[in-house]
Amino acid sequence: MNVANEAVAGHAPHAGHGAHAHAPTQRQYIVGFVLAIALTAIPFALVMSHMVAGTPLVIAGFALAQILVHVVYFLHVNTSEEQRWNLMALLYTGVMVFIVIGGSLWIMHHLYLNMVPGVMHMHGRMS
Amino acid sequence: MFGKLTLSAIPYTNPIIMGAVAFMAICVVAILGAITYLGKWKYLWTEWLTSVDHKKIGIMYLILAVIMLLRGFADAIMMRTQQALAYGSNMGYLPPEHFDQVFSAHGTIMIFFMAMPFIIGLMNCILPLQIGARDVAFPLMNNLSFWLTAAGAVLVNISLAVGNFSRAGWLGFAPLSELHYSPGVGVDYWIWALQISGIGTTLTGVNFIATILKMRAPGMTLMRMPVFVWASLCTNILIVAAFPLLTVTLGLLTMDRYLGMHFFSNSLGGDPMMYINLIWIWGHPEVYILILPLFGVYSEIVPTFSGKRLFGYTSMVYATMAIALLSLIVWLHHFFTMGNGADVNTFFGITTMIIAVPTGVKIFNWLLTMYRGRVRLDTPMLWTIGFLITFTLGGMSGVLLAEPPADFVLHNSLFLVAHFHNVIIGGVVFGVFAGLSYWAPKIFGFPLNERLGRWAFWCWFVGFYVAFMPLYALGLMGATRRMDHYNVAEWHPLFIVAAVGAAIIFVGISLQVAQVIVSIAQRERTRDLTGDPWNGRTLEWSIPSPAPAYNFARIPVVRERDAFWDMKQRGVDLKSSTFVPIHMPRNKAAGFIIGGCAFVLAFAMVWHIWWLAIAGLAGVIVTLIRHAFDDDRDYHLGADEVRRVEGLHGRVEARSM
Amino acid sequence: MSSDPIVMQRGSLALKPGYVDHAADALRDLRQRGDAVDFQLDHHHDAASTIQLGFWIYLMSDCLLFSGLFATYALLNSHTAGGPAGRQLFDLPDVLTETMFLLFSSFTCGLATLAMNADRRNATVGWLAVTFLLGLGFIGLEVHEFAHMVAIGAGPDHSAFLSSFFTLVATHGLHVTCGLIFMAVMMVAVMRKGLTSTNRARLVNLSLFWHFLDIIWVGVFSLVYLFGVTH
Repeated sequence: MNVANEAVAGHAPHAGHGAHAHAPTQRQYIVGFVLAIALTAIPFALVMSHMVAGTPLVIAGFALAQILVHVVYFLHVNTSEEQRWNLMALLYTGVMVFIVIGGSLWIMHHLYLNMVPGVMHMHGRMS
Repeated sequence: MFGKLTLSAIPYTNPIIMGAVAFMAICVVAILGAITYLGKWKYLWTEWLTSVDHKKIGIMYLILAVIMLLRGFADAIMMRTQQALAYGSNMGYLPPEHFDQVFSAHGTIMIFFMAMPFIIGLMNCILPLQIGARDVAFPLMNNLSFWLTAAGAVLVNISLAVGNFSRAGWLGFAPLSELHYSPGVGVDYWIWALQISGIGTTLTGVNFIATILKMRAPGMTLMRMPVFVWASLCTNILIVAAFPLLTVTLGLLTMDRYLGMHFFSNSLGGDPMMYINLIWIWGHPEVYILILPLFGVYSEIVPTFSGKRLFGYTSMVYATMAIALLSLIVWLHHFFTMGNGADVNTFFGITTMIIAVPTGVKIFNWLLTMYRGRVRLDTPMLWTIGFLITFTLGGMSGVLLAEPPADFVLHNSLFLVAHFHNVIIGGVVFGVFAGLSYWAPKIFGFPLNERLGRWAFWCWFVGFYVAFMPLYALGLMGATRRMDHYNVAEWHPLFIVAAVGAAIIFVGISLQVAQVIVSIAQRERTRDLTGDPWNGRTLEWSIPSPAPAYNFARIPVVRERDAFWDMKQRGVDLKSSTFVPIHMPRNKAAGFIIGGCAFVLAFAMVWHIWWLAIAGLAGVIVTLIRHAFDDDRDYHLGADEVRRVEGLHGRVEARSM
Repeated sequence: MSSDPIVMQRGSLALKPGYVDHAADALRDLRQRGDAVDFQLDHHHDAASTIQLGFWIYLMSDCLLFSGLFATYALLNSHTAGGPAGRQLFDLPDVLTETMFLLFSSFTCGLATLAMNADRRNATVGWLAVTFLLGLGFIGLEVHEFAHMVAIGAGPDHSAFLSSFFTLVATHGLHVTCGLIFMAVMMVAVMRKGLTSTNRARLVNLSLFWHFLDIIWVGVFSLVYLFGVTH
């Protein structure tokens, strides 16, 4: 018998314990799906109809909101005890993603300001 | 048919390389011959190569690390002798294109195939025992990780005989590593060796995090874990966070070299400086991946040999976490001189200097653990004291380098080379030797010879200072790193002193080889029958040496930090009368096969043998799918067998015999 | 002082619901009574949750792999070297179709999970098959887009922008392809062996993987396509 077999077999009979307490429901998927569709359609509509005011921030806002929807409704990450490490890992990864992307762009932007004058007019004076 | 591979790829005309190749070939043939003569192929295959036992995988990692240490040290000796000779009219014996391969290979091998396997080997051998687990979370993946690492190591060594190795340094900086400037196969060897071993390391990281978080014995809360486990947890978190960046960076360089893309090229918008940025986002955490587990090792050794509990456990844990976090936001200090301006340089300079604070906390904790303790100066403790002195010195030169104005002077000089050897030899190398001599009785069942170990330590310790202190001076005198020749008269004597230092270290390594041979020869006399030769404090010493396949016949219940010390204080009886069947994973060939296919894939990619590369990739995928349908993965070791094995170690209560 | 270890036979335990809690309770009781409990014969660790955590950590590492690609794209997307930029190349209606394929497939993947939890084998395989086809459609559209770009002379070797575009999007596509292989294997496995606990654990991982890829795609269509067209 497989390692996984035992664990799941061990859990199966006692609903209310373990994974089954937080088993995903159809409602969750439907809510998540509807929200995700909306959060996709709106930025696409905004961009395709050329309503450009503040677009990058708007796009980023919708993207972050949709990612949050996916995490909560599809990946079922929550604050329960059994999900503690998953949540910690996710938050840590968020920090890491910020460090990698933000740090790289910060470094490279300053590098261009100092070392590659020609690129400046493309980026504008951001600092 | 064979891509770029022709017979001319073998460097017949170079006597140095052919000598090294001949020596390697003789060793390999001798080992294969010995195995055949002794009829040990089946034993080797079923008990070792396909093993999913973390202790055996750990030993295989250690063997790989030791072999690669010898290879990497041979490179070091070549560089030191070249630089001792190549002054003025004497050009030395290594032409530039060969010298460049030697320093590239030295760095690559020492970091990826010596230090990494050594620390992962120690983690494998000890970590599950310290948390009272019977195995790691994913035993077969553990085996696969090893074979991916080994495949990378073999690839680096093959490059000696077939083709050549990278001349672009251990980090392959672009645009030098781009196809335009490095048209040969050297950089490709480097890329693929690092790529497959790096993926193996990422899997190891996943494996150990899951092991530590999910498989601790009952009662072992996070704040009761031994510090080595804490350090390993932080290390593996860093591995999982950083190694994907190495995979990406190498992948993008691969795209440039194989598909003519322009990530890091000098033309069509490519940006070589992005390569420097990306590789150091991985590269800086990497050096903490190397040192943190050894901080853990020292934290185990110092209390044991001082007969006291560790001073400042909590601060040690938080210092480890602080170092792990800070190590993620300092990477720019490797390229202060790139031109990021004062504000960016200042930020990264300050974060770098801050790391000295938690590191200092650790140093004081170790010192205060020894303070008023009953310190026993066995070899593990000698290495530890050598570390405390040497590493502190190296740390201080690091703080110097962390100041951007100073770095502008010292960047790329031998001062830097002296600094990082000071912390890597003084911290990592001394640490793995300390750990090896400390845990050898548990890993092998017999200790390493004490007298030869002491001699080896003194050779290493003295040799290190003689070899690297001149490099600090040379750096301040303006000597840059990676020179195959120079014309400055004042430098010459110092380079000769450095070569003498390398020779002293060579004596030390020879003594260590002798130590291993003598220890094996004397093993029947010196066997550790107690399971606890050092009067240890943590759970690995509560079981027989070497640990039985199932580790713990009964799972300990942890009540205190130094769990085994606590048991000894309370007079807990380690013998048992009741045994139950133990659930064990079955040995599998899948890891070995996937590692082999990955090697074929990598070799074929290096030489542009596309059909073979496709075959290798197909082999990986087919093996994975076949494994998915393999249900015969585990078995139960019978209670009688457990009783028999425990009986051999005198761990069965008499009344139940 | 010595005490008998708590004897916990695997056979009897495996049938006892909630045995993990029983063991913990037993230990707590013994401690409260002041007895020493130093060993137990068998320590059960929850293998399914360990596997899931391991897979989750792998996903997090994969996320960081993508963060490297996103950072590179964010830097190089203006480095068009005189060649075409995003707004000349991207066709938003096509991207929207791709996005919808993936989003619907995420939903049907969720339905497969629900069917699995309801022990409905055929429904599980059926929803997986729908998910598979939607994923295949996504890959088809992506290959079509790439082929079109290469055909009009905007291949990955023409500028740093195009290199980073192709690499980021194709890495996501490669992940989706791996997901499709994983899914095909799981459909065969479930058909052959039913919803065994091994298959369940793997299906949970598969769905995590699939939803994770959809999250990455949100980043791709926002940063690459929407931002690329407006910028």
